[in-house]
Amino acid sequence: MNCIKCEGKAIYHHHTLSLCKPHFLSYVEDKVERTIHKYQLIQKGDKVCVATSGGKDSLTVLYLTMLFCKKNKIEFFALAIDEGIEGYRDHTLDDLTTFCKKYQILIHIVSFKERFGSTLDHIREKAMVEFNKKPCTVCGILRRTSLNREAKKLGATKLVTGHNIDDESQSLFMNMLLGNMRHNAALGPITGLQQNPKFVPRVKPLYFISEKESRLYAFLREFIVHFSECPNIHLSFRSVVRDHLNEIENKMPGSKQAMINSFLDILPDLKTKYKHEKEFNECSRCGDPCAKDICNACTLEKELMGGTTGDFHAN
Amino acid sequence: MNIYIEKENKHIERSGSCSGSDLLTELSINVQTVILVKNDEIVLPDEILLDEDRIKILSVISGG
Repeated sequence: MNCIKCEGKAIYHHHTLSLCKPHFLSYVEDKVERTIHKYQLIQKGDKVCVATSGGKDSLTVLYLTMLFCKKNKIEFFALAIDEGIEGYRDHTLDDLTTFCKKYQILIHIVSFKERFGSTLDHIREKAMVEFNKKPCTVCGILRRTSLNREAKKLGATKLVTGHNIDDESQSLFMNMLLGNMRHNAALGPITGLQQNPKFVPRVKPLYFISEKESRLYAFLREFIVHFSECPNIHLSFRSVVRDHLNEIENKMPGSKQAMINSFLDILPDLKTKYKHEKEFNECSRCGDPCAKDICNACTLEKELMGGTTGDFHAN
Repeated sequence: MNIYIEKENKHIERSGSCSGSDLLTELSINVQTVILVKNDEIVLPDEILLDEDRIKILSVISGG
């Protein structure tokens, strides 16, 4: 199969598109730059924090954000969270540190242990047995909270994440299956229903890039990425949805893209519908916006980790 | 041919030529979830793989 642009040997084929290596690389870079411009994800004057783990998506988004920021003279840095998952996160953080050294990117690494008083490995059993909580739920809440708090502390005005079209279509589908349409209203290239000065806006430059394109890009750019899957992934609902969506994509190429396009069509209406549905309180413990008296992160910290760090009370 | 399956971190041997698609079907691997590498070069699933080739099946799914 040949590249549709130059007749060279194709290394990428999806749906109706076949591309050779140089045209695939520029296809990804152009698509990401267009996404950033179209949805105003990053603008002049921003200080950009790239949330990264050392996996393929985060190295790809870190590299592409670096290209964009350098081209437009925008300040940026990388931020990683070490949840304390032995045999997994330690490896990806090694890859990340090597990567940042190579491209001279400033990186901050913070851990659950130092921020909440315990590693995820340490509270995993307790979360499941005593509180009936999956480790992925605990990890997701604490990661999001840590990223926001650290990014804010470091003066960031945008928080870039490596979420791709696979992540987004999985979230969309999961929320529908769980009847959480309100959560879908918070999806999109910019996360959240409304701006809140206590949240650093989270933006997704890889919004239209597939997991496969991201991995291929990382391979062709020779980023060092070791295959690593979180040992807790099999406990998550996401992995079930992910497998089903990949089956559908195999039978109907382009289905994930079609799903996201349809979603973006109705997203403004969804945001309008749910925007004023819920008023935010302030967490009585840390001051972050939340729906109850105490935010989810503080509840988890109290229940599971015995944390009394009070590290983030400066909001 | 020698085949390395990244997700399982294992090598297997197979004899006889086949296409990449046939190999993935034989191994029950969804083509959407992998990248095929033949002798260190990325190839599409329609590529014919020969006995002397070194094949890697890279997983595109990683992370949590």
